[in-house]
Amino acid sequence: MNNLVPLYIVVPLGFALLSAILGKFIRDIGKYLLNIGLLFLTILTIYLIVYVPETLIYRVGGFEDINSIPIAIYMMIDGFTKILLLVISLVGFLVALYSISYTKQYTAEPKFYILFLLMMTGMFGMVISGDIFNMYVYLEIAAIASYALVAFGIEKHQLEASFKYQVLGCVGSMLILMGIGFIYWQTGTLNVADIATQLPAAGPYTKFVSVLFIVGFGLKAAMFPFHAWLPDAHSSAPSPISAMLSGVLIKAIGIYVIFRLFFNMFALSPQIAMAITVLGILSMLVGVLLAIGQWDIKRLLAYHSISQIGYVVLGVGIGMILLANDGDKAIAAFSIMGGLFHLINHSFFKGLLFLNSGAIETATGTRNMKKLGGLSEKMPVTTATTFSASMAISGIPPFNGFFSKLIIIIAAVQAGFYWLAFIAVIVSIITLASFTKVMRYTFYNKKLPERLSKIKESPFAMALSMSIMAVLCLAFSLLVIPEFREIVFSPAVEALMGASPPINSLMGY
Amino acid sequence: MILYILCFVLFMVGLYGVLVKRNLIKIIIGLAIIEYSVFLFLILIGYVKDGTAPILNSEAEGAIFVDPLPQAMVLTAIVIGLATTAMLLSIAIRLYRKYGTFDIREIRSLKG
Repeated sequence: MNNLVPLYIVVPLGFALLSAILGKFIRDIGKYLLNIGLLFLTILTIYLIVYVPETLIYRVGGFEDINSIPIAIYMMIDGFTKILLLVISLVGFLVALYSISYTKQYTAEPKFYILFLLMMTGMFGMVISGDIFNMYVYLEIAAIASYALVAFGIEKHQLEASFKYQVLGCVGSMLILMGIGFIYWQTGTLNVADIATQLPAAGPYTKFVSVLFIVGFGLKAAMFPFHAWLPDAHSSAPSPISAMLSGVLIKAIGIYVIFRLFFNMFALSPQIAMAITVLGILSMLVGVLLAIGQWDIKRLLAYHSISQIGYVVLGVGIGMILLANDGDKAIAAFSIMGGLFHLINHSFFKGLLFLNSGAIETATGTRNMKKLGGLSEKMPVTTATTFSASMAISGIPPFNGFFSKLIIIIAAVQAGFYWLAFIAVIVSIITLASFTKVMRYTFYNKKLPERLSKIKESPFAMALSMSIMAVLCLAFSLLVIPEFREIVFSPAVEALMGASPPINSLMGY
Repeated sequence: MILYILCFVLFMVGLYGVLVKRNLIKIIIGLAIIEYSVFLFLILIGYVKDGTAPILNSEAEGAIFVDPLPQAMVLTAIVIGLATTAMLLSIAIRLYRKYGTFDIREIRSLKG
């Protein structure tokens, strides 16, 4: 079983190399390799979630531990990792399916798929790596591929957005590298589980390193004061890439690491937990307030990403505060579960919304809602899928967004943070308002403009991928049923909350 | 101690360049300075006074070694830094072709 772990790196990286070499002879090979590879990894992930509950560890190079000091680089898959792997591979596969039709407009099509595969390598590597310096390496692989993909159309605004993204991303990476340096200085090791035992409990030094990591990964995750690059980069990128960036990348290389490091590596301290939660709330509010005035569909969606990431951070942050203050463990577990549930849901509905905006843009040539209207006559599939995703993001039952928001709000009330629950409800209402605007100005309630009378529904691959995503938006609300919750979320919450991370017990601490 | 402070000063110089300068190339130079200050910091972490290269052979009995791990890390980080800088420069060249200038005050098709 343990030997399955490196497949998550080998498959996308090998396929990237293969499609770079063979792309000269067979033009479309990257397209098919991407789809096949991600489908295989999706199936593998589902198999791991259902049949393999234990933590998997792979030591790169086969070096065994000496006196229980880890020598090799660790790759590990525990409950929390599996959730991220599911999101990355499944959303990645559906986006890859969509790209088959979408990328016809580009001249350098094979390069798109090579970069896409490299980005997938970076994200998979990020979540399965158990070593902070390796995390940095995979982070940069994912980040550099995404910089190139944002600028892929080489339009004026895409280049500008990419440059802005790169400057902020580069500063963020350097802060992370500096934090890694400080940790190595203090502990003499780079393994996450080993650091957890070596790092002294909350002191000024640890707090300083925590702040470096919060700022660095906050920049990658576009949390509130560090969000400036996100609306530009996510709205300028090609639509499948926007879906990957907003749906998956900011979680895999931002949110995931923040949670992993602050639960499993640093000892939780009340101040840091509070700081993370406050950043989450501010992201939630600022994102949604900036979103409502936008007329560019993709820009509006990008601002909503900031806001929805805030929900995820809020859910997990409440759990952090409770754990740090020795509060009720059951409520903390419930709250963290809500946050993780929203993380999964957000990937699917936000990915779908970006794919829809791509379909609209390909059909009509514009993203400005003022110039659109009445598309429901001509594009029934896009209308239906957008409707489903909008309901999911606004938290209307029975779509998945409703249940995850409900869990977060109930947990906030149970934990006694009434004002947090109140803000979460208000933000949800504003979200509903802004998506009502999207539906009204784009699809209903206006006559189709004269120049758009000849538009057609999206091609088959795009429509298929959007329909599957829409069905999944409904289907993932089933995860709220206790039996499914037991399989998917309990191991993840345990991995985060356990007194010692599962990897430690495996290593014999 | 003075070395660490100088390293931090170098970081601040780079950050100043990124935040204040209006020219794309100068911003990239600022980012490069930030990178080098972090690399220098990593090397300093591994430095041991009077240490020699960490090669274990028969002559190395009882010698003091510098820590090899930060050096390996810096080598990796330099390669990554090269890729980042190359990417930044190529985007800057493309921007110059589209706008005819490196001045960020002129490059403003995105707002809001």
